[in-house]
Amino acid sequence: MREFRYRRPADVDEAVALLGEDPEAAYLAGGTNLVDLMKLGVQRPDLLVDVTRLPLDAVEPLPDGGLRVGATVRNSDLAAHPVVRRDYPVLARALLAAASGQVRNMATTAGNLLQRTRCYYFQDTGKACNKREPGSGCAARHGQNRDLAILDWSEQCVATHPSDLAVALAALDAVVEVAEPDGTRDVPFVKLHRSPGEHPERETTLRRGALITAVRLPPLPAARRSTYLKVRDRASFAFAVGSVAAVLDLDGDVVRDVRLAYGAVAHRPWRAYQAEAALRGRQFTPELAGQAADAELAVARPLTHNGFKVPLIRAVTVRALTELAESRA
Amino acid sequence: MSAGAVGRAHPRLEGREKVTGTARYAVEYPLDDVTYAWAVPAAAVRGRITRIDPDPALAVPGVLTVLHHGNAPRLAAGVEAELHLLQDPVVHYRGQLVALVVAESIEAAREGARHVLIEYDTEPHSTVLTADHPGLYRPEKVNPGYPTDTTEGNFDAAFEAAEVRVDVTYRTPAYHNNPMEPHATTAQWRDGQLLLHDSNQGSTAVQAALAELFEIPRESVRVISEHVGGGFGSKGYPKAAVVLAALAARQVGRPVRLALTRQQLFGPIGYRTPTIQRVRLGSDADGRIAAICHDAISQTSTLTEFAEQTAVYTRSMYAAPHRRTTHRLVRLDVPTPFWMRAPGECPGAYALESAMDELAAACGIDPIELRIRNEPTVDPDQGHPFSSRNLVACLTEGARRFGWADRDLRPGTRRDGRWLIGTGVAGSSYPARARASAATATAFPDGGYLVRINATDIGTGARTALWLVAADALGVPPERVDIRIGDSDLPPAGVAGGSMGTASWSWAVVRACQELRDRLGHHSGTLPPEGTTVAASTADEVRAQQPMARYAYGAQFAEVRVDVDTGEVRVNRMLGVFAAGRVVNPTTARSQLIGGMTMGISMALHEEGLLDERYGDWVNHDLATYHITGCADVEQIEAYWVDEEDPDLNPAGVKGLGEIGIVGTAAAIANAVRHATGVRVRDLPIRLDKLIGTSSFT
Repeated sequence: MREFRYRRPADVDEAVALLGEDPEAAYLAGGTNLVDLMKLGVQRPDLLVDVTRLPLDAVEPLPDGGLRVGATVRNSDLAAHPVVRRDYPVLARALLAAASGQVRNMATTAGNLLQRTRCYYFQDTGKACNKREPGSGCAARHGQNRDLAILDWSEQCVATHPSDLAVALAALDAVVEVAEPDGTRDVPFVKLHRSPGEHPERETTLRRGALITAVRLPPLPAARRSTYLKVRDRASFAFAVGSVAAVLDLDGDVVRDVRLAYGAVAHRPWRAYQAEAALRGRQFTPELAGQAADAELAVARPLTHNGFKVPLIRAVTVRALTELAESRA
Repeated sequence: MSAGAVGRAHPRLEGREKVTGTARYAVEYPLDDVTYAWAVPAAAVRGRITRIDPDPALAVPGVLTVLHHGNAPRLAAGVEAELHLLQDPVVHYRGQLVALVVAESIEAAREGARHVLIEYDTEPHSTVLTADHPGLYRPEKVNPGYPTDTTEGNFDAAFEAAEVRVDVTYRTPAYHNNPMEPHATTAQWRDGQLLLHDSNQGSTAVQAALAELFEIPRESVRVISEHVGGGFGSKGYPKAAVVLAALAARQVGRPVRLALTRQQLFGPIGYRTPTIQRVRLGSDADGRIAAICHDAISQTSTLTEFAEQTAVYTRSMYAAPHRRTTHRLVRLDVPTPFWMRAPGECPGAYALESAMDELAAACGIDPIELRIRNEPTVDPDQGHPFSSRNLVACLTEGARRFGWADRDLRPGTRRDGRWLIGTGVAGSSYPARARASAATATAFPDGGYLVRINATDIGTGARTALWLVAADALGVPPERVDIRIGDSDLPPAGVAGGSMGTASWSWAVVRACQELRDRLGHHSGTLPPEGTTVAASTADEVRAQQPMARYAYGAQFAEVRVDVDTGEVRVNRMLGVFAAGRVVNPTTARSQLIGGMTMGISMALHEEGLLDERYGDWVNHDLATYHITGCADVEQIEAYWVDEEDPDLNPAGVKGLGEIGIVGTAAAIANAVRHATGVRVRDLPIRLDKLIGTSSFT
């Protein structure tokens, strides 16, 4: 692998400055994805800026009833946090559905969100991938694409975002706190990740050198009844074949509020606004949930090997919402 | 043999060293002046290397040299095409190891490998096995020497006349051996002598092959394989890593360590060939089979022929007067397939034991009863008597333990919430053979003994089993016996493969120990300080074995649940009962059997090499994307064995346990999935996308 330098900045400002000075530098958090990609030659940073010792590892309840999660909070710790378990079960479940215990002990909140696609072709420098090497082509478009996108893909890229956590955050309308060279800003979570379009190598709306410092969860009492259902090819340690994050708030039988997001269907965690609109204000039935999923998936364009994802996501949507509806007592 | 140590549970002798990390594997020996090698895989599928530019690699700090066909030391031709590495510019498959970078550090070697510039002249390639491939041919024989085709009676007429007919085609994908320890070697040349620490399943064979390749006497090659982290067949014969390491060490004049990457295990070391298998069964309405035919298609490479013996299982398993088996092969531009746990029997049993389930369903009878009705009295293949055949005992004992009685034959009728529940069974058999081996036994004046044999413990517990056998053969407590294995300086022995390890090695150990006892019985006075040693070889005895049908048997039972919405398949419980002769060490025997069944679950539900024809290789070449069954997928698993005394095997009375566990497991799972859902998936693995969208699902 490429020889690299290693720095451990004292604070966020120094970290951002180090990245700003070196176009080939990368942040290192848990390392559960980056280190693999470095060995494979997919990512070749010349400088690693280790952010794991920065004081970004707190989980703090906010005055408005929300929760602020530091960027370097480990996935295991976040999943076990009592407030998360009580107020945002969808988040705890998404975290615990991901990876393995060992990986969750290392992986951080922000690192999880910025992990790279597990598309076979992206991870193999011997194959064409516009995300890894812009202009080289997309081998997955007509290759082994069973695990890849059905929504919002482009001819340049059909990859999916692999995170489970991100699907839950999309449903919860989280906000990402970002430090940049000229200050800090908030990014709505659903605006963090990009569609692939013409530039699949640009995965987020973050500027070069930006550092995620925290993720803020707004207060959402309805999220106490929320869930994350993940379909996978084996019982543990597998990325989702499809997943659904759901929050359902019923007034009697009528849907007062609903949040739905899908995983493993697109280049970014997929907030299902169309499905939500089809549900809101109407009397909940499993049939309605199916129709809502149909509304969302009407624009789905399956690839050669993943047409099954459309009925799969529909079925999981119905199950997630029906389970929540039945659990409200 | 006196009763004693054999049959009592004992932990592995080297267990503590392994779990505390002090057991040394091939590239873990501390060594001065060691260098590191990194293999460069070909980026072309079929063609020739026209140019290699090593300069950018040599410019990487720490890189010492780049070996390739233009500069590597010459190897003797004609040993084995697979091992004739870095000798010519021809590329036979994508991923073929065509260059080697040697450096002062492993990181520098890896970085250097990235910078070796190779240009190719490429030709069109063919990498996908199809039933109508124009290159299909009939091999001369199938692994390891069976006839290619067999026929008995008149299959076509009997099948045509049968009341009930099953005519189905099954497909299995490429499966990849993934031992925890990759193929790995440390090579050192000293004064023309080659010392190898190597990960293999039999270092006697490695010693012989390396001596031939480098044209030096066997005595000049020493191969130490003290601990081996698995092989599953892929280390049953020397492979690329050991040859490349020896070449590199000769070139740089320093010790070289080479461990293949996980990605490099997907191809160059062999894999289980994909198969296409048509099985036809014709029976009367009561399920008595008149006609059996099994036609198997598999692939090999352009380098060397490997013909998986897929249909051989069907030759001996069930009775039928009219029978036929065939094997056809295609040479593709792919790596050469090779042994993977129960080659032949494993994919073949998946097809036959699934077809038996389909026949049982067609006849409306219980699948265990169907098997009992078709139990042969002599081997249907050769007509030889069975040394012992306890398939029925395995089936009935398994049925009792599993709770098979009163099973509802109807598919798709049992629900547990969102789960459809089903159960399935399959029979299994695996040959009980032995190879010639040699051993020595030494008695020391202090009452201790030393037994030496170049057996290999690839994680099976072989070292411990031989130690127990030796103690009983000597008639002393095991604590007084030392056992030494895993070094080609020891008396030669066959590979740990074909479920022949314990049978072959214990035979030689018992003979050496018996002869030592005889010698000591005639001996008076004290022993000399260096002890008294006798050597034994079983070559004559093994050769003189009477022809008989010698097989281990087993029956696997599975209960699965299938998510009615998502098609996810999970295994509630797995149970196997086996008849495998005497069990030497119940602890490690059980490990072998549940390990085999776990690998069978993996074959049925999880593993699949996904080929991209454009690139000509498997794209899911790591353990994140090539799924193997994990602990969470094995919720409850049990292995039992029936008592079996078979005097026609070998002195220890063992049949071997390494492979029988996997043989029928995939069929048992597939049969259970069909029972749960009503859907018969005939191409493995049974993934959720093959179930959702079928009629039983929403």
